Amino acid sequence: MKKVILSSFLIFGFGAYILHIRILGTTAPVVLTPEPNKPKVALSLPEYNLITTEPKPSNTTTQNTTTTQTNPVIINPKPVIVPPPVINTGKYKNGTYTGDSIDASYGYVQVKVIVSGGKIADVQFLSYPDSRSTSVRINSRAMPYLISEAISTQDSNVDAVSGASFTSAAFNESLSSALSQART
Amino acid sequence: MGTPVIVEIHDDESKPELFEEVFDYFRYVDQKFSTYKDDSEITAINKKEITENNFSDDMKLVFKLSEETKKITNGYFDILTPNGSYDPSGLVKGWSIFNASHILKNKGIKNFYVEAGGDIQVSGKNNKNEKWCIGIQNPFNKKREVVKKVYLDDNGIATSGNYVRGQHIYNPKNKNDKLDEIVSFTVIGPNIFEADRLATAAYAMGKEGIFFIENLSDFEGYMIDKKGIATMTTGFNKYTII
Repeated sequence: MKKVILSSFLIFGFGAYILHIRILGTTAPVVLTPEPNKPKVALSLPEYNLITTEPKPSNTTTQNTTTTQTNPVIINPKPVIVPPPVINTGKYKNGTYTGDSIDASYGYVQVKVIVSGGKIADVQFLSYPDSRSTSVRINSRAMPYLISEAISTQDSNVDAVSGASFTSAAFNESLSSALSQART
Repeated sequence: MGTPVIVEIHDDESKPELFEEVFDYFRYVDQKFSTYKDDSEITAINKKEITENNFSDDMKLVFKLSEETKKITNGYFDILTPNGSYDPSGLVKGWSIFNASHILKNKGIKNFYVEAGGDIQVSGKNNKNEKWCIGIQNPFNKKREVVKKVYLDDNGIATSGNYVRGQHIYNPKNKNDKLDEIVSFTVIGPNIFEADRLATAAYAMGKEGIFFIENLSDFEGYMIDKKGIATMTTGFNKYTII
């Protein structure tokens, strides 16, 4: 009896699977969390000369590229409620103001604002996170298989630098607290 | 675009005229696509003075590439800003560096790099006959400071973040998303056009962006969060070796 139940369960399970494929088919959502042995998706690169470029279907992948391009992705970006920045609002009293020291986890960010003529004349860093060369594999639930490390200052002996100039959430926070003191 | 452009050539054939040609090209692009210029084509489009049929060929192409990028990135790359105007600068920078490097390649130049506002296309070797050494900027520092070094010989590298001109990247799926979890997202790809548009999109995805890059072949990413923790794709370390 047990055997019969088992096989009917298997048949049902298979039937349900077929049904699942039929109904959902390729519209099944793609989950971004990588699996260890999953082949990477090749992106359709434009032609070398961009003037004549047309998106072309990729043929270098075992996975259907179209699926990854058109389907919804399960990502739930959390809205972050941040108080509106106080920069450029109102006039400021002349003077020098020091913002709160904001914990950036492995170091502190603190800025000093110099107000002259009611305007921000300069923003200086009193402290910012720097050199700690710990390299760790962390947070396996949130970032499976990916390696994380605390950033650390390197020597600047490079040909060029990729990035932009300044700021960060901690920078903004410290700046906001400095400017709130400068408010008239 | 309000961004500095740097061109460095290490071939014997390099001539001043070559640099001029490249810079002229960037001036042309700026004149057409700068949202800061009152007389640019993109400004006229945003003022609804030009209809789509009358776009210039380059403008049509950029809009087409933007549409394609939107699809590839599942809607996370969008040149339509929250206030309803078009800002294609997230694509135009990489696109113009890509085209500029082809001006050089077409002249037979092999060893060079072209940089515009922190986005870089490298080719060949540097003046020490080694791979180009590119640093990733510390997003917590106003001054030039490197937190990671990579060695590239024929790649594009682009970094996205909201620490340049205030917030200029949005999450198109959630306009209230302040995108402050991640402060910097660097993408290395086969060319700067691809690297730049994917860096912009990956940044807009928040911390999920690194998985988006992880799932693409030929692309690697280095993402720095607000706590100063960097997360990299599994193949990233191949670029940290000389």
